[in-house]
Amino acid sequence: MIEIKNLHKSYRMGSNSLHVLKGINFSVKEGELVAIMGSSGSGKSTLLNILGMLDGYDSGEYTLDGVLIKNLNETKAANYRNKFLGFIFQSFNLINYKSAWENVALPLYYQKVNRKDRRQKAIKYLEVVGLKPWADHLPSELSGGQKQRVAIARAMAAEPKVLLADEPTGALDSKTSYEVMDLIQQINDEGKTILVVTHEEDIAEMCKRVVHLKDGVIVEDRVVNQVRASQYV
Amino acid sequence: MFRFIFDRDTWQEIWGSISKNKVRTVITVIGVLWGIFVYIALSGAAKGMDNGFEKEFKDIANNSMFVWIQRTSMPYKGFKIGRSFNLRLNDVEVLKQKHPEIQFIAPRNVKGVFGDAPPTVVRGLKSGTYTIFGDYPDIDRIARKKIYDGGRFLNDLDIQHERKVAVIGERVQKELFDIDEDPVGKYIRLNDIYFQVIGVYEYDNQGGFEDDSTIFIPFSTYQKVYAMGDIVGWMAIAAFPEVDIVALEKNIKQTIKRLHDVHPDDERAVGAFNLGEMFGKIIGFARGMNLLSLIVGLATIIAGVIAIGNILLISVKERTKELGIRRALGATPREVRAQILLESVFLTVVAGLLGIIAGVGVLAMINAMLPEDGGFPYTNPTVPIPYVIGAMLIMVILGTLIGLIPAQRAVSIRPIDALREE
Repeated sequence: MIEIKNLHKSYRMGSNSLHVLKGINFSVKEGELVAIMGSSGSGKSTLLNILGMLDGYDSGEYTLDGVLIKNLNETKAANYRNKFLGFIFQSFNLINYKSAWENVALPLYYQKVNRKDRRQKAIKYLEVVGLKPWADHLPSELSGGQKQRVAIARAMAAEPKVLLADEPTGALDSKTSYEVMDLIQQINDEGKTILVVTHEEDIAEMCKRVVHLKDGVIVEDRVVNQVRASQYV
Repeated sequence: MFRFIFDRDTWQEIWGSISKNKVRTVITVIGVLWGIFVYIALSGAAKGMDNGFEKEFKDIANNSMFVWIQRTSMPYKGFKIGRSFNLRLNDVEVLKQKHPEIQFIAPRNVKGVFGDAPPTVVRGLKSGTYTIFGDYPDIDRIARKKIYDGGRFLNDLDIQHERKVAVIGERVQKELFDIDEDPVGKYIRLNDIYFQVIGVYEYDNQGGFEDDSTIFIPFSTYQKVYAMGDIVGWMAIAAFPEVDIVALEKNIKQTIKRLHDVHPDDERAVGAFNLGEMFGKIIGFARGMNLLSLIVGLATIIAGVIAIGNILLISVKERTKELGIRRALGATPREVRAQILLESVFLTVVAGLLGIIAGVGVLAMINAMLPEDGGFPYTNPTVPIPYVIGAMLIMVILGTLIGLIPAQRAVSIRPIDALREE
């Protein structure tokens, strides 16, 4: 599903440049649930941004579902993001003046799905995350865990190939974190490929594979015995 | 793009974004609303004033003047200074021949205005003193009189046959006739001569010597009654509409001076009141007001549109994150740009329409509050449709142009930067 070969990325900070990713080789097969770990500055967010086509890279190769992702213009990147990827952010990033279902329906709007189908689909995914009764609520009327579940529903609404979660539990207490992880595991059980960036060990243990980044290189890539989050809920 | 504009979803998105940010929307709308309101109210008021002047002067030929004789102020050809003389009927013919620019020329005489006592007019037991004019029918072409139904003004046959007929004012009618009596065909006595009333004219306050206690009789009859010979008191002259009335006045004065052996440089001998010049000034004033209101209005609209751009620019900064999310979810730069642009145009147009409605409302209110004939030159304040359409077009174009700035700003923000902002 994801194929990365010898990926390099550096940021220019004034006169000196900062080499963040120093040759990443990494691949993800369909249906995997991968945790990307590392301390801050290890390059994990940069990797995720590149995977999410929010950022470009200097050299190497990134192939997503057989499509080479390189030197995309903004329009093309937007179309690919819309078609291939679902994003889950640490700070939820819901649009605060749109109700829950409208937020979920937003990626479908950019897929030119008509309004009736959008609503139907959005409600369906809200049901998946258990928030159907809150469909008409604004984000400000929801708790943190509920907001993240809306965001997950939004990420799934476009039926992407890969879900990218950037510290999905970073802003949540541990109980809510487990609820969210439980949901992510359930989605993964149905065959969706998911990448989770985290620095929490227990969250990483709930994935099927852990990739450890340090100073821009992968130092560890191991398969873990998945801990089911449902036992804590 | 075409499909995009007419897509219901596009408008739902825009409506969502502007209706959920009420304060921003209201402030933005007020900017343009105020601009177009000022524009409509000002140009409507200027138009109303224009109409008002036009109504005030509709009965008088705009390109006209009065010419009379004063005393000479320079000795010439053996005549001493301070000589008095008279205009003669011959002069009229000469003037007509020498100055083809003259459309109508009406020699006039009057009794009861310039110092002498107004003559007494009697009917049965009733009597009154009134101003008597000796006139040619052409005077009606220069200063139109509205004659009540059943009557008429003087005509050429009256002059030719020196008929003893009279056109009387409303007050004359009131004082000499009973309320229900039709004066037309009845007789009044002036200087022991009976005149038949042929018409009553409607009083219209336009200034001048004529009011509602005036009687018009044929010029030729007047000559006989008052033994005037061919003396002419003064002349009313109307030129063709396109003639330069100021130049004509100068030329006519020169002709008169030559006819009566007056020094060509004598500025005092011939007097004139140039209505055309006055009209020119008033119309120029009204036009100036029109132009001023146009400029002020347009400047205010532009200021309003710039305010919209400014607020949208701020709101784009405010919405950086939202736009970043949209980009992450698959909005293309083009879609983001179009959305900001359409928001700008939509707000501009809605604000413009509201402003037009408010402006027209205020104009209608002013019109309703002013008395029907209050002596204030203000009638039917309207704004020409092309002005309104022009204003709308300017707003849409400016709204688009000014919207381009925030739209471009919105696109230039990379989604990754937008999302990083916490």
